Amino acid sequence: MMSSHLPALIIVVPLLGAFVIAASGWVNRRYCYPLSLFVLSACLLTALGLLRQVLQNGEILYRMAGWDPPVGISLNIDHLNALVLVVITAVALVNVIATRRSVADEFADRLGPFYALYVLFVTGVCGIVATGDAFNLYVLLEIASLSGYALIGMGHDRAAHASLNYIFMGTIGASFYLLGIGYLYLVTGSLNMKDIAELLPLLYGSKVVLFALIICIAGLFVKMALFPLHAWLPNAYAFAPPASASLIAPLTTKVMIYVMIRIVLYVFTPDFAFDRLQLDEAIVWLAVAAIVMGSLFALAQRSLKRVLAYIIVAEVGYMVGGLWLGNRAAITGAVLHIVNDAVMTLCVFLAAGCILYRTGHDRFENFRGLFRTMPFSMAGLAAGALAIIGVPPTCGFFSKWYLISGGIAADHYGFVAALIFSSLVNIVLFFRIFEFAYYESPDESHNPHGAHSAAKLNEAPLEMVGALLFVAGMLVVLGLWTGEIVTRIIHFAIPAGIV
Amino acid sequence: MIGFYGIIAKRNLVKKIVGMNILQTAIILFYVSIGAKKGATIPIIAHHNGGHHGVNAVDYINPLPHVLMLTAIVVAVATLGVALALAIKVYRQYGTLEENEISEQIREQTAEK
Repeated sequence: MMSSHLPALIIVVPLLGAFVIAASGWVNRRYCYPLSLFVLSACLLTALGLLRQVLQNGEILYRMAGWDPPVGISLNIDHLNALVLVVITAVALVNVIATRRSVADEFADRLGPFYALYVLFVTGVCGIVATGDAFNLYVLLEIASLSGYALIGMGHDRAAHASLNYIFMGTIGASFYLLGIGYLYLVTGSLNMKDIAELLPLLYGSKVVLFALIICIAGLFVKMALFPLHAWLPNAYAFAPPASASLIAPLTTKVMIYVMIRIVLYVFTPDFAFDRLQLDEAIVWLAVAAIVMGSLFALAQRSLKRVLAYIIVAEVGYMVGGLWLGNRAAITGAVLHIVNDAVMTLCVFLAAGCILYRTGHDRFENFRGLFRTMPFSMAGLAAGALAIIGVPPTCGFFSKWYLISGGIAADHYGFVAALIFSSLVNIVLFFRIFEFAYYESPDESHNPHGAHSAAKLNEAPLEMVGALLFVAGMLVVLGLWTGEIVTRIIHFAIPAGIV
Repeated sequence: MIGFYGIIAKRNLVKKIVGMNILQTAIILFYVSIGAKKGATIPIIAHHNGGHHGVNAVDYINPLPHVLMLTAIVVAVATLGVALALAIKVYRQYGTLEENEISEQIREQTAEK
């Protein structure tokens, strides 16, 4: 009985949970954390249940309140979004466990609002992924974004200013998307994604449809921070409080890429997007530019979080390029990379959070001797770094492998070269950090008992390190499971028409 | 488009926020205009004389975009609220709302470090 309502529960549970948490914040602040833990665990279980159902019975169509689409709002769960849902809820749950201490220190008087926003953000992204209605997607997108703006704005220092800039860019992006959906509604008279996809083939010649596609995609590019439109991202992520950064950084851009895949493959259909238009070539080159410039900008940074933020800009390029190459291997790579990149980003941001929690800053000069004082955090960072570089047993290698073979299959050697270039830059980037942390002894000013005494173990709290090592382990496990994920899930997530 | 220009070109943060709001309102008007039909009336179906005769859709404007825009208005208001709250926070921190003055202060701060 309950299992047939799982698609609705994944939105309703965190939504109600957010209100309960906000209310409990007024009664007693100690309830906030256990409550959000409970809500997020329930979400993860729901998502796992959904994935199981989808694997057994195929696509699920859930009619909200019993209205049939296209009149009613429907929730569509297929292989693609069941996978993404599991990743989202897992990332949110691990992160809430890992950051309990740093949240308690930073927002001691604002625990209620923080956790309410946190869970509300999860509501938004789960909803974006689950919905089958284009306008509903916009509303949930704004729920996620608004709570994201607030989460970032709660930080100190330049956070408020960075978050305000993010609001401007985010609103432009969302408005463009809304405008695009408006044009689609104008010509098809429907907002249901499946319905639009059925009605559109008759209208492929129409300029309105073309404009709708371009403006939707442009809006999504702003939201996902593809290279020329990425300006909001580095500051927003670097100045956000660590607990929100490690939630928002893995999820926002990845979910936007999911939306792009959904819109391109399932609303406009690959036929129209890839075959009829000449856009794909241009967008792949844009992605190449994003990869190259993201890597170069990352090289120029002097603090860990900003480096990571620019790496995200480059990673977005990977996935956008993968989708628009338009062949099976490349799209498989893009979808796989959504999963992997979410886990990798979580891993490195958690490591950055650990280091920040202990040392208070994340500039490279302060990393001296960190391998000695914080061996486990640095091990986590190293694992994340290896995955981002793409060293074989970790998951990063496999998605890159698919992307590169997709690039070769599409005869797009520029993209292949950009991928390899960015891997090389990442090697330089991370080994520069490790050089500081491994070979140089701890700074004397940090060690008042004299430079010669062995640096004491000064590790972050157990929950943080435990969660970090768990995520680092997942990187390898996901890598080993790649074959399984691709053949059982992603294979079905891509429309059969794509070779 | 005026709003878009406002966001990009203006240096004052409040003016940017106003620009953002104009952009959103423009989209709301666009949706509302989709629903309009020539010579149609408001979409209220009156049930006088028993009310079981068929409804001629051409006589009524399409109410769906208006309903959608109720949600969009709520979203716009919420965005405005968050943006203004952050603008207040920025003002408390820097004592100004002009972008160039803020970035100057930021540059000074980083130089001090």
